[in-house]
Amino acid sequence: MNSETSTATVPLHVEAVSVDIAGRRILHEASLSADGDVLGLVGPNGSGKSTLLRTVYRMLHPASGRVTAGGRDVWVIPAREAARITAALVQDAPSDLELTVGECVATGRVPHGRLLGAETAADRAAVQNAMMAVGIEAYADRDVATLSGGERQRVQLARALAQEPSILVLDEPTNHLDVQHQLELLSLVRRLGRTTLVTLHDLNLAAAYCDRIVVIDHGTVIAAGTPEHVLTPTLLLDVFGVHAAVLSNPLTGRLQLAFTERKNL
Amino acid sequence: MTRADIVVRGRRRRPRTTILVLAVAAVVAVVLSVAVGSVPIHPGVVVGVVADHLIPWDTGTSFTATQAQIVWEFRLPRALLGFLVGAALAVAGAVLQAVVRNPLADPFVFGVSSGASVAAVAMLTLATGSLATVSVPVAAFFGALLTTLLVFLLAQRRGRVTPNRLVLAGVAMSYLLSSVTSYLVLRASTPGGGVSEVLSWLAGSLAAADWGDLGLPAGVLVVATVLLVLLSRILNAFLTGDETAVSLGVDVGRGRLVFFVITSLLVGVAVAVSGAIGFVGLIIPHAMRFIVGTDHRWVLPASAFAGGLLLVVVDIAARLLLAPTELPVGLLTAAVGAPFFLWLMRRLGRVET
Repeated sequence: MNSETSTATVPLHVEAVSVDIAGRRILHEASLSADGDVLGLVGPNGSGKSTLLRTVYRMLHPASGRVTAGGRDVWVIPAREAARITAALVQDAPSDLELTVGECVATGRVPHGRLLGAETAADRAAVQNAMMAVGIEAYADRDVATLSGGERQRVQLARALAQEPSILVLDEPTNHLDVQHQLELLSLVRRLGRTTLVTLHDLNLAAAYCDRIVVIDHGTVIAAGTPEHVLTPTLLLDVFGVHAAVLSNPLTGRLQLAFTERKNL
Repeated sequence: MTRADIVVRGRRRRPRTTILVLAVAAVVAVVLSVAVGSVPIHPGVVVGVVADHLIPWDTGTSFTATQAQIVWEFRLPRALLGFLVGAALAVAGAVLQAVVRNPLADPFVFGVSSGASVAAVAMLTLATGSLATVSVPVAAFFGALLTTLLVFLLAQRRGRVTPNRLVLAGVAMSYLLSSVTSYLVLRASTPGGGVSEVLSWLAGSLAAADWGDLGLPAGVLVVATVLLVLLSRILNAFLTGDETAVSLGVDVGRGRLVFFVITSLLVGVAVAVSGAIGFVGLIIPHAMRFIVGTDHRWVLPASAFAGGLLLVVVDIAARLLLAPTELPVGLLTAAVGAPFFLWLMRRLGRVET
């Protein structure tokens, strides 16, 4: 895990990607780019955030457009090769038949193994480093089922890191986490210093931890830029239907939003 | 993350030792299985007869020709067949539970066993003469494979197969095929219809084993288990959920199909030679996960030896309990298996919460 020492970043480009599900267009020519920075994807429920992410980690094939990771089309290169470049943390991983923490993190090595290959020293080192990076090495032998929500998310993040990816795709990583674990997880993601695409419901978290923000509504990208540039009262009223005041967080100095329902004003 | 509130519950995991112990226990059980019966034979004589057949020079053990015949011609094939069937069912159960992420999955839930049974019973009751004896194993295998593919197709919607739909399709198919089997049995319940033979086969029996029955299951078991162990990381990836598995570069649709075909091979040959023997495929993988962990690299070989061991032991009991009458071995696996499963379920439940 030498991300913090390496200088070369690997860009992620989503280029005019459209997605149809059951004959309905869910995503309309969405484009975004990230390169070594943390890009936040925000939008109301059902706006197409997760759909866009699914085209990146190869769960949903775009109807048109393309996704490139490190300049290579993820839908053209072999799946395992794509999984060595991009790792995903998805929502609601199942919890029947749980693995132990160590076994779960080790599944991150699947794209690295020759199909019929045994575990290598590189595999063991990557798993160990990934667990240390998120601070779960002490629980390696525990069942994932016995962990709290915050610990589980860290296990999933460690599994993603064990893939030794250059690009991280995180779908609502702070869901079900208390505020302490939300902040810990996102600051950890920032420290990793990799190209990161993350969906977040909490706009204040997005403003605090993302270098840039892309706003998506009804399957269309409608704004992109720094939090200060994008998260304006006008846009928040248009897209989220709330009145907002833009403040400054007295503890961090970062952009802070205060909201109220539309009908009250 | 405060460390204080974390109760460390380290499992004792010694997968290699566990597998070795199970393998030795299975060998001992096979020897004992050959030793007991209406004519008891000393285990030392059993070993001597086997050694005499396997080792080209004189082993210096003494035994009668009758003993040699009982050991080599009758009891050893039966014990080995029991081992192979138990191992095949347990490995198939472990794989099915992983690819659908359902702890209740086993070859019976998926209708695979029912498919094999229907085809075999159809052969036993409908085919006549020499055709029947030749085709029962072949029919059972194709019955299992066809049912597997049918369940897979039925569970498919817009090119995606989800674990829940697979289980539902499997259960529905299992009931449907069971009713067809019942119909075939009733239809055969006429004088001279051979119904008792069919019923005893359906209840699961190893009684008719001879050396000729062993080749196919042995070959399938070894090839399938080795292949599955080599693919064990993919099986582990299935446990992380479809989305994560896809993000790991696993083709979950094709993967499920491959694992389904391999398990239907295992179940098909097992059902063909022994009839429907339940609960081995459900219980053994759970028990093994409890002992060696969930990594399929260890679960699969451990399940193979434990499943084989269980069936050999159960077959000994099936022959002794009502001697000289033999109980169908499938009846005993269910009688032993169901309470054990409930006990295991409660125990697991206590650990997880």
